Amino acid sequence: MPKESRIRQQSRHRLTTRLWHWINALCLLVLLMSGLTIFNAHPRLYWGEYGANDDYAWMAVGSSETFGYLRVGQARIETTGFLGNWQDSEGRTRTLAFPGWATIPSSYSLADGRRWHLFFAWTFSLGLALFMIRSLWNRHIQNDLQMRRKEWRPSNIWQSFCTHTKISEIRKSADKGYNVIQKLAYIMVIFILLPLMILTGLAMSPAMDANWPFLTDLFGGRQSARSVHFLAAFLLVVFFLIHIVMVFLSGPLRQTAAMITGGQDREIGR
Amino acid sequence: MTILTRRKLIGSAAIGAGGLLTGCDALNRNPAFQDILASAETANFAVQRALGDRMELASEYEITDLSPTFRANGTRDPGTPEYAASAAQGFANWQLRMTGLFDRPQQFSLAALQSLPQRTQITRHDCVEGWSAIGQWTGVPLKILLDIARVQDSARFLVFDCADSLGGRPYYESIDLLDGFHPQTILAHRLNGSALPIANGAPLRLRVERQLGYKHAKYVTGIQAVASLAGIGEGKGGYWQDVANYEWYAGI
Repeated sequence: MPKESRIRQQSRHRLTTRLWHWINALCLLVLLMSGLTIFNAHPRLYWGEYGANDDYAWMAVGSSETFGYLRVGQARIETTGFLGNWQDSEGRTRTLAFPGWATIPSSYSLADGRRWHLFFAWTFSLGLALFMIRSLWNRHIQNDLQMRRKEWRPSNIWQSFCTHTKISEIRKSADKGYNVIQKLAYIMVIFILLPLMILTGLAMSPAMDANWPFLTDLFGGRQSARSVHFLAAFLLVVFFLIHIVMVFLSGPLRQTAAMITGGQDREIGR
Repeated sequence: MTILTRRKLIGSAAIGAGGLLTGCDALNRNPAFQDILASAETANFAVQRALGDRMELASEYEITDLSPTFRANGTRDPGTPEYAASAAQGFANWQLRMTGLFDRPQQFSLAALQSLPQRTQITRHDCVEGWSAIGQWTGVPLKILLDIARVQDSARFLVFDCADSLGGRPYYESIDLLDGFHPQTILAHRLNGSALPIANGAPLRLRVERQLGYKHAKYVTGIQAVASLAGIGEGKGGYWQDVANYEWYAGI
Protein backbone atom coordinates (compact mmCIF):
# COMPACT_ATOMS: atom_id res chain seq x y z
CA MET A 1 0.00 0.00 0.00
CA PRO A 2 1.48 3.41 -0.90
CA LYS A 3 2.21 5.69 2.02
CA GLU A 4 -0.27 8.32 0.79
CA SER A 5 -3.33 6.13 1.12
CA ARG A 6 -2.19 4.73 4.46
CA ILE A 7 -2.23 8.27 5.83
CA ARG A 8 -5.79 8.64 4.63
CA GLN A 9 -6.75 5.44 6.40
CA GLN A 10 -5.63 6.80 9.76
CA SER A 11 -8.14 7.28 12.54
CA ARG A 12 -10.50 10.23 12.60
CA HIS A 13 -8.99 11.61 15.83
CA ARG A 14 -5.28 11.30 16.56
CA LEU A 15 -4.13 9.79 19.84
CA THR A 16 -2.86 13.18 21.11
CA THR A 17 -6.19 14.79 20.28
CA ARG A 18 -8.13 12.06 22.09
CA LEU A 19 -5.91 12.08 25.17
CA TRP A 20 -5.99 15.86 25.39
CA HIS A 21 -9.74 16.01 24.78
CA TRP A 22 -10.54 13.89 27.84
CA ILE A 23 -7.81 15.27 30.12
CA ASN A 24 -8.90 18.76 29.16
CA ALA A 25 -12.58 17.95 29.69
CA LEU A 26 -11.81 16.73 33.23
CA CYS A 27 -9.59 19.75 33.96
CA LEU A 28 -12.18 22.25 32.70
CA LEU A 29 -14.94 20.63 34.75
CA VAL A 30 -12.85 20.72 37.94
CA LEU A 31 -11.61 24.25 37.19
CA LEU A 32 -15.16 25.48 36.60
CA MET A 33 -16.59 23.92 39.75
CA SER A 34 -13.68 24.89 42.02
CA GLY A 35 -13.75 28.32 40.36
CA LEU A 36 -17.37 28.73 41.42
CA THR A 37 -16.26 28.00 45.01
CA ILE A 38 -13.71 30.81 44.72
CA PHE A 39 -16.33 33.11 43.18
CA ASN A 40 -18.63 32.37 46.14
CA ALA A 41 -16.03 33.98 48.44
CA HIS A 42 -16.80 37.33 46.84
CA PRO A 43 -19.68 37.12 44.32
CA ARG A 44 -19.14 40.57 42.84
CA LEU A 45 -17.31 41.61 39.66
CA TYR A 46 -15.70 44.97 38.92
CA TRP A 47 -13.88 46.79 36.15
CA GLY A 48 -10.51 48.41 36.78
CA GLU A 49 -7.65 47.77 39.15
CA TYR A 50 -9.48 47.71 42.49
CA GLY A 51 -12.93 46.68 43.69
CA ALA A 52 -14.36 45.71 47.07
CA ASN A 53 -17.70 45.85 48.86
CA ASP A 54 -18.03 49.65 48.85
CA ASP A 55 -17.16 49.94 45.15
CA TYR A 56 -19.61 49.61 42.26
CA ALA A 57 -19.84 46.06 40.95
CA TRP A 58 -21.06 45.64 37.37
CA MET A 59 -22.31 42.19 38.32
CA ALA A 60 -23.24 40.83 41.72
CA VAL A 61 -25.12 37.94 43.24
CA GLY A 62 -27.21 39.11 46.18
CA SER A 63 -28.35 36.97 49.07
CA SER A 64 -30.85 37.14 51.88
CA GLU A 65 -32.61 34.60 54.09
CA THR A 66 -35.69 34.75 51.88
CA PHE A 67 -34.46 35.24 48.32
CA GLY A 68 -31.46 35.39 46.00
CA TYR A 69 -30.92 37.61 42.99
CA LEU A 70 -28.51 38.35 40.19
CA ARG A 71 -27.79 41.98 39.33
CA VAL A 72 -26.13 42.88 36.05
CA GLY A 73 -25.69 46.64 35.72
CA GLN A 74 -29.07 48.03 36.80
CA ALA A 75 -31.06 44.92 35.89
CA ARG A 76 -32.10 42.59 38.70
CA ILE A 77 -33.46 39.08 38.26
CA GLU A 78 -34.66 36.95 41.15
CA THR A 79 -32.74 33.67 41.27
CA THR A 80 -34.09 32.05 44.45
CA GLY A 81 -33.48 28.31 44.28
CA PHE A 82 -30.24 28.29 42.37
CA LEU A 83 -28.28 31.50 42.99
CA GLY A 84 -27.92 33.39 46.26
CA ASN A 85 -30.58 31.43 48.14
CA TRP A 86 -30.95 27.65 47.75
CA GLN A 87 -31.52 24.46 49.73
CA ASP A 88 -28.61 22.13 50.43
CA SER A 89 -28.97 18.33 50.33
CA GLU A 90 -30.28 18.35 53.92
CA GLY A 91 -32.93 20.93 53.09
CA ARG A 92 -31.26 23.84 54.88
CA THR A 93 -31.38 27.26 53.24
CA ARG A 94 -27.94 28.47 52.16
CA THR A 95 -27.13 31.99 51.00
CA LEU A 96 -23.91 31.46 49.08
CA ALA A 97 -23.97 32.50 45.40
CA PHE A 98 -23.56 29.18 43.54
CA PRO A 99 -25.24 26.08 45.02
CA GLY A 100 -23.31 23.11 46.44
CA TRP A 101 -24.05 20.82 43.50
CA ALA A 102 -22.12 23.18 41.21
CA THR A 103 -19.02 23.61 43.39
CA ILE A 104 -15.95 21.63 44.46
CA PRO A 105 -15.98 20.89 47.33
CA SER A 106 -19.78 20.81 47.65
CA SER A 107 -19.67 22.42 51.10
CA TYR A 108 -17.98 25.79 50.98
CA SER A 109 -14.23 25.90 51.61
CA LEU A 110 -12.28 28.62 49.84
CA ALA A 111 -8.94 27.03 50.82
CA ASP A 112 -9.91 23.63 49.38
CA GLY A 113 -11.47 25.21 46.28
CA ARG A 114 -8.19 27.06 45.66
CA ARG A 115 -6.17 23.85 46.10
CA TRP A 116 -8.24 22.05 43.45
CA HIS A 117 -8.21 25.08 41.18
CA LEU A 118 -4.47 25.74 41.29
CA PHE A 119 -3.51 22.07 40.88
CA PHE A 120 -5.81 21.53 37.91
CA ALA A 121 -4.72 24.88 36.46
CA TRP A 122 -1.25 23.38 36.10
CA THR A 123 -2.57 20.15 34.54
CA PHE A 124 -4.78 22.15 32.19
CA SER A 125 -2.03 24.61 31.14
CA LEU A 126 0.63 21.97 30.55
CA GLY A 127 -1.91 19.83 28.69
CA LEU A 128 -2.92 22.71 26.43
CA ALA A 129 0.72 23.60 25.73
CA LEU A 130 1.66 20.00 24.88
CA PHE A 131 -1.45 19.59 22.69
CA MET A 132 -0.63 22.78 20.79
CA ILE A 133 3.00 21.81 20.21
CA ARG A 134 2.10 18.26 19.16
CA SER A 135 -0.71 19.47 16.90
CA LEU A 136 1.58 21.90 15.13
CA TRP A 137 4.15 19.12 14.75
CA ASN A 138 1.71 16.54 13.34
CA ARG A 139 0.01 19.28 11.29
CA HIS A 140 -3.43 18.72 12.90
CA ILE A 141 -3.72 22.49 13.27
CA GLN A 142 -2.59 23.27 9.72
CA ASN A 143 -4.57 20.47 8.04
CA ASP A 144 -7.79 20.34 10.02
CA LEU A 145 -8.25 23.63 11.87
CA GLN A 146 -6.61 26.30 9.73
CA MET A 147 -9.17 28.34 7.78
CA ARG A 148 -8.72 28.25 3.99
CA ARG A 149 -9.16 31.52 2.16
CA LYS A 150 -12.32 30.40 0.38
CA GLU A 151 -13.86 29.34 3.70
CA TRP A 152 -13.94 32.94 4.88
CA ARG A 153 -16.48 33.80 2.16
CA PRO A 154 -19.74 34.93 3.81
CA SER A 155 -21.72 32.69 1.47
CA ASN A 156 -19.74 29.71 2.70
CA ILE A 157 -20.26 30.62 6.35
CA TRP A 158 -23.98 31.16 5.73
CA GLN A 159 -24.25 27.80 4.00
CA SER A 160 -22.50 26.12 6.92
CA PHE A 161 -24.89 27.87 9.29
CA CYS A 162 -27.87 26.58 7.29
CA THR A 163 -26.66 22.98 7.48
CA HIS A 164 -26.54 23.39 11.27
CA THR A 165 -30.30 23.93 11.28
CA LYS A 166 -31.08 20.55 9.65
CA ILE A 167 -30.61 17.46 11.79
CA SER A 168 -30.18 15.23 8.72
CA GLU A 169 -27.32 17.43 7.49
CA ILE A 170 -25.70 17.43 10.95
CA ARG A 171 -25.83 13.63 10.97
CA LYS A 172 -24.14 13.47 7.58
CA SER A 173 -21.46 15.99 8.60
CA ALA A 174 -20.11 13.61 11.24
CA ASP A 175 -18.23 11.78 8.49
CA LYS A 176 -16.68 14.86 6.95
CA GLY A 177 -13.85 17.19 7.89
CA TYR A 178 -14.61 20.12 10.15
CA ASN A 179 -17.03 22.60 8.60
CA VAL A 180 -16.33 26.29 8.79
CA ILE A 181 -18.46 27.02 11.86
CA GLN A 182 -16.94 24.04 13.63
CA LYS A 183 -13.46 25.28 12.75
CA LEU A 184 -14.24 28.78 13.99
CA ALA A 185 -15.64 27.38 17.25
CA TYR A 186 -12.57 25.20 17.87
CA ILE A 187 -10.16 28.01 16.94
CA MET A 188 -12.03 30.36 19.27
CA VAL A 189 -11.82 27.88 22.16
CA ILE A 190 -8.29 26.52 21.66
CA PHE A 191 -6.50 29.70 20.64
CA ILE A 192 -8.52 32.44 22.32
CA LEU A 193 -10.68 31.35 25.28
CA LEU A 194 -8.39 28.72 26.83
CA PRO A 195 -5.22 30.89 26.67
CA LEU A 196 -7.32 33.81 27.94
CA MET A 197 -8.28 31.76 31.02
CA ILE A 198 -4.58 31.18 31.79
CA LEU A 199 -3.55 34.79 31.19
CA THR A 200 -6.40 36.34 33.19
CA GLY A 201 -5.77 33.80 35.95
CA LEU A 202 -2.11 34.79 36.14
CA ALA A 203 -3.02 38.48 35.95
CA MET A 204 -4.84 38.12 39.30
CA SER A 205 -1.69 36.88 41.07
CA PRO A 206 0.14 39.49 43.18
CA ALA A 207 3.49 37.78 42.52
CA MET A 208 2.87 37.84 38.77
CA ASP A 209 2.01 41.52 39.10
CA ALA A 210 5.59 42.04 40.31
CA ASN A 211 7.12 39.67 37.74
CA TRP A 212 5.03 40.59 34.69
CA PRO A 213 3.16 43.84 35.38
CA PHE A 214 2.22 44.14 31.68
CA LEU A 215 -0.09 41.15 32.10
CA THR A 216 -2.41 42.91 34.55
CA ASP A 217 -2.16 46.13 32.49
CA LEU A 218 -3.16 44.20 29.36
CA PHE A 219 -6.59 43.57 30.89
CA GLY A 220 -6.92 47.03 32.43
CA GLY A 221 -6.32 45.99 36.04
CA ARG A 222 -6.69 43.06 38.38
CA GLN A 223 -10.45 43.33 38.80
CA SER A 224 -10.94 43.62 35.04
CA ALA A 225 -8.84 40.48 34.63
CA ARG A 226 -11.08 38.77 37.19
CA SER A 227 -14.20 39.84 35.25
CA VAL A 228 -12.72 38.63 31.95
CA HIS A 229 -11.75 35.34 33.65
CA PHE A 230 -15.38 34.85 34.68
CA LEU A 231 -16.83 35.90 31.30
CA ALA A 232 -14.46 33.64 29.35
CA ALA A 233 -15.42 30.74 31.66
CA PHE A 234 -19.08 31.51 30.92
CA LEU A 235 -18.36 31.40 27.16
CA LEU A 236 -16.63 28.04 27.62
CA VAL A 237 -19.78 26.73 29.32
CA VAL A 238 -21.81 28.00 26.34
CA PHE A 239 -19.39 26.22 23.97
CA PHE A 240 -19.70 23.04 26.05
CA LEU A 241 -23.51 23.09 25.86
CA ILE A 242 -23.53 23.61 22.06
CA HIS A 243 -20.80 20.98 21.70
CA ILE A 244 -22.92 18.45 23.63
CA VAL A 245 -26.05 19.27 21.59
CA MET A 246 -24.08 18.79 18.36
CA VAL A 247 -22.69 15.45 19.56
CA PHE A 248 -26.23 14.32 20.39
CA LEU A 249 -27.59 15.41 17.02
CA SER A 250 -24.79 13.92 14.94
CA GLY A 251 -24.76 10.45 16.54
CA PRO A 252 -23.71 10.46 20.20
CA LEU A 253 -22.47 6.86 20.43
CA ARG A 254 -20.42 6.92 17.24
CA GLN A 255 -18.97 10.35 18.01
CA THR A 256 -18.05 9.46 21.60
CA ALA A 257 -16.60 6.13 20.51
CA ALA A 258 -14.50 7.92 17.87
CA MET A 259 -13.11 10.27 20.52
CA ILE A 260 -12.12 7.21 22.59
CA THR A 261 -10.88 4.68 20.01
CA GLY A 262 -10.03 7.11 17.23
CA GLY A 263 -12.78 6.05 14.83
CA GLN A 264 -12.40 5.90 11.09
CA ASP A 265 -11.45 8.79 8.95
CA ARG A 266 -13.14 9.54 5.65
CA GLU A 267 -12.04 13.01 4.69
CA ILE A 268 -9.84 14.51 7.35
CA GLY A 269 -6.24 14.78 6.33
CA ARG A 270 -6.91 15.23 2.67
CA MET B 1 -36.78 4.22 21.15
CA THR B 2 -34.34 7.00 20.49
CA ILE B 3 -36.09 9.22 23.02
CA LEU B 4 -35.90 6.50 25.63
CA THR B 5 -32.19 6.08 24.98
CA ARG B 6 -31.65 9.78 25.27
CA ARG B 7 -33.65 9.95 28.46
CA LYS B 8 -31.61 7.11 29.86
CA LEU B 9 -28.46 8.90 28.80
CA ILE B 10 -29.55 12.15 30.44
CA GLY B 11 -30.56 10.21 33.55
CA SER B 12 -27.23 8.46 33.78
CA ALA B 13 -25.48 11.79 33.16
CA ALA B 14 -27.31 13.23 36.19
CA ILE B 15 -26.37 10.21 38.30
CA GLY B 16 -22.83 10.55 36.97
CA ALA B 17 -22.72 14.22 37.99
CA GLY B 18 -24.00 13.31 41.46
CA GLY B 19 -21.41 10.56 41.72
CA LEU B 20 -18.73 12.98 40.59
CA LEU B 21 -19.61 15.39 43.38
CA THR B 22 -19.65 12.66 46.03
CA GLY B 23 -16.36 11.41 44.59
CA CYS B 24 -14.81 14.88 44.68
CA ASP B 25 -15.90 15.36 48.30
CA ALA B 26 -14.41 11.97 49.22
CA LEU B 27 -11.16 12.88 47.45
CA ASN B 28 -11.22 16.25 49.19
CA ARG B 29 -11.24 14.48 52.58
CA ASN B 30 -8.40 12.13 51.58
CA PRO B 31 -5.08 13.34 53.07
CA ALA B 32 -2.97 11.72 50.32
CA PHE B 33 -5.05 13.42 47.61
CA GLN B 34 -4.83 16.73 49.49
CA ASP B 35 -1.04 16.37 49.40
CA ILE B 36 -1.16 15.89 45.63
CA LEU B 37 -3.31 19.02 45.22
CA ALA B 38 -1.01 20.96 47.57
CA SER B 39 2.00 20.15 45.35
CA ALA B 40 0.81 23.02 43.14
CA GLU B 41 1.98 25.39 45.90
CA THR B 42 5.55 24.13 45.47
CA ALA B 43 5.31 24.64 41.70
CA ASN B 44 3.83 28.13 42.08
CA PHE B 45 6.50 29.13 44.60
CA ALA B 46 9.38 27.82 42.47
CA VAL B 47 8.11 29.25 39.18
CA GLN B 48 7.02 32.63 40.52
CA ARG B 49 10.34 33.11 42.32
CA ALA B 50 12.25 32.04 39.20
CA LEU B 51 10.38 34.39 36.85
CA GLY B 52 11.46 37.64 38.48
CA ASP B 53 14.85 38.81 39.67
CA ARG B 54 13.64 37.91 43.22
CA MET B 55 13.58 41.58 44.28
CA GLU B 56 11.09 42.63 41.56
CA LEU B 57 8.74 45.33 42.88
CA ALA B 58 4.95 45.03 42.97
CA SER B 59 3.16 47.73 40.95
CA GLU B 60 2.95 51.11 42.63
CA TYR B 61 0.19 53.60 41.88
CA GLU B 62 -0.59 57.31 41.97
CA ILE B 63 -2.49 59.10 44.73
CA THR B 64 -5.41 59.47 42.27
CA ASP B 65 -5.70 55.67 42.03
CA LEU B 66 -6.60 55.13 45.71
CA SER B 67 -9.73 53.12 46.56
CA PRO B 68 -12.36 55.50 47.99
CA THR B 69 -12.56 53.24 51.05
CA PHE B 70 -9.97 50.67 52.05
CA ARG B 71 -11.88 47.58 53.08
CA ALA B 72 -10.99 45.98 56.43
CA ASN B 73 -11.25 42.21 56.73
CA GLY B 74 -10.53 39.54 59.33
CA THR B 75 -10.12 40.99 62.83
CA ARG B 76 -11.43 44.57 62.91
CA ASP B 77 -10.58 45.11 66.59
CA PRO B 78 -8.56 42.72 68.80
CA GLY B 79 -10.99 43.65 71.61
CA THR B 80 -8.74 42.77 74.56
CA PRO B 81 -8.48 45.12 77.58
CA GLU B 82 -4.72 45.51 77.00
CA TYR B 83 -5.26 46.46 73.39
CA ALA B 84 -8.04 48.90 74.26
CA ALA B 85 -5.82 50.50 76.93
CA SER B 86 -2.96 50.86 74.48
CA ALA B 87 -5.26 52.29 71.80
CA ALA B 88 -6.59 54.82 74.33
CA GLN B 89 -3.11 56.30 74.70
CA GLY B 90 -2.40 56.27 70.96
CA PHE B 91 -0.32 53.09 71.29
CA ALA B 92 2.42 55.07 73.13
CA ASN B 93 3.24 51.91 75.13
CA TRP B 94 3.22 49.56 72.09
CA GLN B 95 6.35 47.41 71.88
CA LEU B 96 7.72 45.44 68.95
CA ARG B 97 9.97 42.61 70.18
CA MET B 98 12.48 40.97 67.87
CA THR B 99 13.50 37.61 69.30
CA GLY B 100 14.93 34.28 68.19
CA LEU B 101 17.88 33.93 65.83
CA PHE B 102 19.09 37.53 65.99
CA ASP B 103 22.59 38.48 67.15
CA ARG B 104 21.13 41.53 68.88
CA PRO B 105 17.49 40.99 69.85
CA GLN B 106 15.63 44.30 69.86
CA GLN B 107 12.65 46.01 71.39
CA PHE B 108 11.18 49.08 69.69
CA SER B 109 8.50 51.48 70.77
CA LEU B 110 6.22 52.91 68.10
CA ALA B 111 8.04 56.27 68.41
CA ALA B 112 11.41 54.56 67.96
CA LEU B 113 10.17 52.85 64.79
CA GLN B 114 8.81 56.15 63.47
CA SER B 115 12.20 57.82 64.01
CA LEU B 116 13.89 55.35 61.62
CA PRO B 117 13.95 55.94 57.83
CA GLN B 118 10.48 55.40 56.35
CA ARG B 119 9.08 54.21 53.04
CA THR B 120 5.75 55.29 51.53
CA GLN B 121 4.19 53.16 48.82
CA ILE B 122 0.84 53.08 47.04
CA THR B 123 0.07 49.46 46.34
CA ARG B 124 -2.81 47.15 45.55
CA HIS B 125 -3.98 44.84 48.30
CA ASP B 126 -5.30 41.56 46.85
CA CYS B 127 -7.49 39.50 49.13
CA VAL B 128 -7.64 35.71 48.74
CA GLU B 129 -11.42 36.17 48.46
CA GLY B 130 -11.01 38.06 45.20
CA TRP B 131 -11.45 41.75 46.02
CA SER B 132 -8.71 44.40 45.76
CA ALA B 133 -8.13 47.81 47.33
CA ILE B 134 -5.44 50.39 46.61
CA GLY B 135 -3.95 52.15 49.61
CA GLN B 136 -0.99 54.35 50.52
CA TRP B 137 1.16 52.79 53.23
CA THR B 138 3.94 54.40 55.27
CA GLY B 139 6.23 52.43 57.53
CA VAL B 140 9.71 51.31 58.36
CA PRO B 141 11.32 48.90 55.88
CA LEU B 142 11.75 45.54 57.57
CA LYS B 143 15.28 45.33 56.14
CA ILE B 144 16.36 48.20 58.42
CA LEU B 145 15.12 46.33 61.49
CA LEU B 146 16.70 43.07 60.35
CA ASP B 147 20.03 44.83 59.80
CA ILE B 148 19.91 46.40 63.28
CA ALA B 149 19.04 43.08 64.95
CA ARG B 150 21.41 41.10 62.68
CA VAL B 151 19.72 37.96 61.46
CA GLN B 152 21.82 34.86 62.09
CA ASP B 153 22.80 32.59 59.20
CA SER B 154 20.72 29.72 60.54
CA ALA B 155 17.48 31.74 60.37
CA ARG B 156 15.18 30.91 57.44
CA PHE B 157 11.83 32.40 58.37
CA LEU B 158 10.41 35.44 60.13
CA VAL B 159 7.34 34.79 62.25
CA PHE B 160 4.99 37.71 63.03
CA ASP B 161 3.15 37.56 66.34
CA CYS B 162 -0.08 39.53 66.53
CA ALA B 163 -2.30 40.97 69.28
CA ASP B 164 -5.51 39.57 67.76
CA SER B 165 -7.09 36.14 68.12
CA LEU B 166 -9.71 34.44 66.00
CA GLY B 167 -11.78 31.70 67.62
CA GLY B 168 -9.45 31.74 70.64
CA ARG B 169 -6.31 31.19 68.56
CA PRO B 170 -3.71 33.93 68.21
CA TYR B 171 -3.18 35.15 64.65
CA TYR B 172 0.31 34.80 63.28
CA GLU B 173 2.00 34.72 59.90
CA SER B 174 5.44 33.99 58.51
CA ILE B 175 7.54 34.88 55.48
CA ASP B 176 10.97 33.79 54.30
CA LEU B 177 14.03 36.02 54.41
CA LEU B 178 13.81 36.86 50.72
CA ASP B 179 10.46 38.55 51.29
CA GLY B 180 11.78 39.91 54.61
CA PHE B 181 14.55 41.84 52.86
CA HIS B 182 12.36 42.90 49.90
CA PRO B 183 12.34 46.72 49.56
CA GLN B 184 8.52 46.92 49.69
CA THR B 185 8.24 44.79 52.83
CA ILE B 186 7.48 47.34 55.54
CA LEU B 187 5.89 47.53 58.98
CA ALA B 188 3.25 50.14 58.20
CA HIS B 189 1.82 52.54 60.77
CA ARG B 190 0.06 54.94 58.39
CA LEU B 191 -2.64 54.36 55.77
CA ASN B 192 -3.65 57.02 53.23
CA GLY B 193 -1.78 59.75 55.13
CA SER B 194 -3.39 59.13 58.54
CA ALA B 195 -2.51 56.94 61.51
CA LEU B 196 -3.37 53.33 60.66
CA PRO B 197 -7.01 52.68 61.71
CA ILE B 198 -7.72 49.91 64.24
CA ALA B 199 -9.76 48.00 61.63
CA ASN B 200 -6.71 47.86 59.33
CA GLY B 201 -4.24 46.67 62.00
CA ALA B 202 -3.16 49.62 64.19
CA PRO B 203 -0.56 50.39 65.22
CA LEU B 204 1.65 48.09 63.09
CA ARG B 205 0.81 46.04 60.06
CA LEU B 206 3.09 43.95 57.86
CA ARG B 207 3.02 44.75 54.15
CA VAL B 208 4.40 41.95 51.98
CA GLU B 209 3.23 43.23 48.63
CA ARG B 210 3.84 40.24 46.39
CA GLN B 211 1.49 38.00 48.38
CA LEU B 212 -2.24 37.85 49.17
CA GLY B 213 -3.85 39.77 52.03
CA TYR B 214 -3.83 37.09 54.71
CA LYS B 215 0.00 37.24 54.79
CA HIS B 216 -0.17 40.92 55.83
CA ALA B 217 -0.32 40.36 59.61
CA LYS B 218 -2.12 43.08 61.60
CA TYR B 219 -1.53 44.32 65.20
CA VAL B 220 2.09 43.08 65.05
CA THR B 221 3.75 42.70 68.47
CA GLY B 222 6.78 40.59 67.68
CA ILE B 223 9.09 39.20 65.04
CA GLN B 224 10.79 35.87 65.66
CA ALA B 225 13.64 34.69 63.45
CA VAL B 226 13.48 30.89 63.25
CA ALA B 227 15.18 28.05 61.40
CA SER B 228 11.95 26.10 61.00
CA LEU B 229 8.22 26.73 61.28
CA ALA B 230 7.68 23.46 63.15
CA GLY B 231 6.64 24.00 66.74
CA ILE B 232 4.98 27.36 66.06
CA GLY B 233 1.21 27.06 66.10
CA GLU B 234 0.53 23.82 64.26
CA GLY B 235 3.69 24.20 62.23
CA LYS B 236 2.17 25.33 58.93
CA GLY B 237 3.44 28.89 59.20
CA GLY B 238 0.27 30.86 59.81
CA TYR B 239 -3.18 31.06 61.37
CA TRP B 240 -5.11 30.33 58.17
CA GLN B 241 -2.68 27.59 57.17
CA ASP B 242 -3.27 25.92 60.56
CA VAL B 243 -7.07 26.21 60.74
CA ALA B 244 -7.86 25.62 57.06
CA ASN B 245 -5.90 24.46 54.03
CA TYR B 246 -4.62 27.88 52.98
CA GLU B 247 -1.16 27.80 51.41
CA TRP B 248 1.87 29.24 53.17
CA TYR B 249 3.01 30.71 49.83
CA ALA B 250 0.29 33.14 48.77
CA GLY B 251 1.74 34.61 45.57
CA ILE B 252 -1.31 33.47 43.57
